[in-house]
Amino acid sequence: MTINGLVQIGLYFVVLVALVKPLGWYMARVYEGQPCGLDRVVGPLERLIYRLCGVRQTEEMNWKTYAVAMLLFNGAGLFALYALQRWQGFFPLNPQGFGAVAPDLAFNTAASFVTNTNWQAYGGEMTLSYLTQMLGLTVQNFVSAATGMAILVALIRGLARRSALTIGNFWTDLVRSILYILMPLALLLSLLLVSQGVVQTFASYQTATLLQPASYAKPVMDANGQPVLDEQGQPKTEPAMAAEQVLAVGPAASQIAIKQLGTNGGGFFNVNSAHPFENPTPWSNFLQVLAILLVPAALCYTLGMMVGDTRQGWALLAAMTILLLCFIPLGLWAEQSGNPAFTALGIDQASSAGQSGGNMEGKEIRFGITNSVLWSATTTAASNGSVNSMHDSYTPLGGLVPLFLMQFGEVVFGGVGSGLYGMVVFAIIAVFVAGLMVGRTPEYLGKKIEPYEMKMASLLILIMPIVVLGFTAVASVTGVGTSSIFNPGSHGFSEMLYAYTSMGNNNGSAFGGLSVNTPFYNLTGGIAMLIARFWWAIPTLALAGALARKKLVPAGPGTLPTYTPLFIVLLIGVVVLVGALTFVPALALGPIIEHILMVSR
Amino acid sequence: MRTQLRPALVSLVALTLITGLLYPLVVTGIAQVLFPRQANGSLILINGQPVGSSLIGQLFDAPKYFWGRPSATSPFPYNAAASSGSNLGPTNDALIKAVQARIDALKTADPDNPLPLPVDLVTASGSGLDPHISPASAAYQVRRVARARGMEEAAVRQLVSQHTEGRQLGILGEPRVNVLALNLALDTLK
Repeated sequence: MTINGLVQIGLYFVVLVALVKPLGWYMARVYEGQPCGLDRVVGPLERLIYRLCGVRQTEEMNWKTYAVAMLLFNGAGLFALYALQRWQGFFPLNPQGFGAVAPDLAFNTAASFVTNTNWQAYGGEMTLSYLTQMLGLTVQNFVSAATGMAILVALIRGLARRSALTIGNFWTDLVRSILYILMPLALLLSLLLVSQGVVQTFASYQTATLLQPASYAKPVMDANGQPVLDEQGQPKTEPAMAAEQVLAVGPAASQIAIKQLGTNGGGFFNVNSAHPFENPTPWSNFLQVLAILLVPAALCYTLGMMVGDTRQGWALLAAMTILLLCFIPLGLWAEQSGNPAFTALGIDQASSAGQSGGNMEGKEIRFGITNSVLWSATTTAASNGSVNSMHDSYTPLGGLVPLFLMQFGEVVFGGVGSGLYGMVVFAIIAVFVAGLMVGRTPEYLGKKIEPYEMKMASLLILIMPIVVLGFTAVASVTGVGTSSIFNPGSHGFSEMLYAYTSMGNNNGSAFGGLSVNTPFYNLTGGIAMLIARFWWAIPTLALAGALARKKLVPAGPGTLPTYTPLFIVLLIGVVVLVGALTFVPALALGPIIEHILMVSR
Repeated sequence: MRTQLRPALVSLVALTLITGLLYPLVVTGIAQVLFPRQANGSLILINGQPVGSSLIGQLFDAPKYFWGRPSATSPFPYNAAASSGSNLGPTNDALIKAVQARIDALKTADPDNPLPLPVDLVTASGSGLDPHISPASAAYQVRRVARARGMEEAAVRQLVSQHTEGRQLGILGEPRVNVLALNLALDTLK
């Protein structure tokens, strides 16, 4: 780790924590319906939407109605996004003339964006029209994030209210999340990004004349567009010249801003934020990586305000931040140490004034090791999944960091809303464990934790490992699973484990070598993403309903305060134990064995 | 359930129009007015013709030009319509072979170069379009470029340092050299 690297990472966390209180305070006012400064501008639009929908702003819902509204809205979104992809050829704003997306890929992509995962089995600039990117993907970037925030706010109300039957109104929580929080932030961020060079245009792709025409070996295609093979079974090639460079552009900045703020992560271009048009400078990189954790971090403060004790929010934020800070140094060390095989070839991988050094395969010069590793850790701690370097080319332990961070169940910051409601579930389990140790009825924020709450919490934390490990197991013993592997050996197993870990936790990043655009991966992955999202969401709302009905128990001498360092340590312990006990055996078969093989070569 | 169906459908349409149409149109409108060059791809124009983008690398393999990062895009390197990394894992033999071939190409173009070979010059970038190399990689190539052009090494080195960007605000990112800008500057000299 270099001095400058420490300064960059330190600066990042200082700015992040400094923004938590103002943004968290603002969001609490938005959800409590108090004046928040934007009412004059946004209010009329908000009221127009309610009138068109036939919704009364003050109408409260019980948890079942709230869940039905959420499911209907997301179901309609899933269907609309699928249809849009299948019929994009008939719609305007398609300058490259892309045709219909295949059914399995369209299902996977629709499930992916509706569940806030943004797993991408396609290359953006090669598959989707501008209209699909805007009306399909950008829209879901907003509404899937707002859905997560709405569910969180419902859970917070469940914790804050006493003897109540209702937990808020889904429609107002959804609309206010978008109009008052996500949209203003996205507008500001997208313009800052354009100033750095992120493209934002409706023109078709640009063509430039190359300074030095490039000669290359072009694969020979037959009449059906399939590669022709020679006698050895290798694809046949012919010499060709490229005198021009076609530059893919598009309305990228508006989508990138919300992809980061809403922990979505789906890129406009194939290589996501490694693409110079998607993330052109270190400053654009800083803004984007800040946007990844901004809303999830600030929501902790919102929770504290809404339950009337900001210490509770800071405690949850502290647990998340400490966990993340434990993993960044491991990633930095692994990537900065580089690849021993390169050293054997006489390549200079040492960090110096002239180069960042380290394992630069799949990384960009402007980001170097520090910003690549910082990004890979934050994007997987949050369920964002955007990348600015290729995780598949990381050293084994460098790749273990993002993999393991996802396997904590996306509660270390996690998705906007969904990460914090996951963390609250872990907090409930932590007070239960503490209650078992001292033999008292557990309480969280003045609410007694009883068998029903524990059943819901257990239901939540058990399903993710079953989905992730189950599908990984199926993929590793079937031909349709293993034939997609790109890198041989234990790294190939890591590719499959990473794919299902990512989809089964609604993250969306990938070990990109795995060929995932196959019916098997598209269908199993789509199912994994839907389970991961809605299996969490529905019991969480049930929990919210159950908690809202309870009376407040006054804190007694036996109550475990849930804002002390002791509780933070206990919470971290529960998260790490559950994650490690579940996933260490699988990690041993993948990155750990690969690391041992790499250093012993 | 029936009572929630209307708000579900109507709000989806309304929010689609607001976030999917209004929002990108507003951003595009403001961006095209405030930052027209950046919003359209930061094109470099010579006599009104685009010769590339200052943000996107191009393939250079002639001795008289500085070479950029290896690129894994297909079917040809630096295909800016299909960005891609290599995705090769650290223990994959194909990666080691590819790196060895790149070392051989650099050594053939400039035998007995005494400088250590920087890692970024033989490893593929994440995007396949990285416009930059490290200052160390530029320094490594100064001798070859100077010889191929019949220039003084010092003159080439000075041009390199003129095209070396430091960290933004002195802190963020890494120092870097824009290969296309440097090569364009070399061509205008001679």
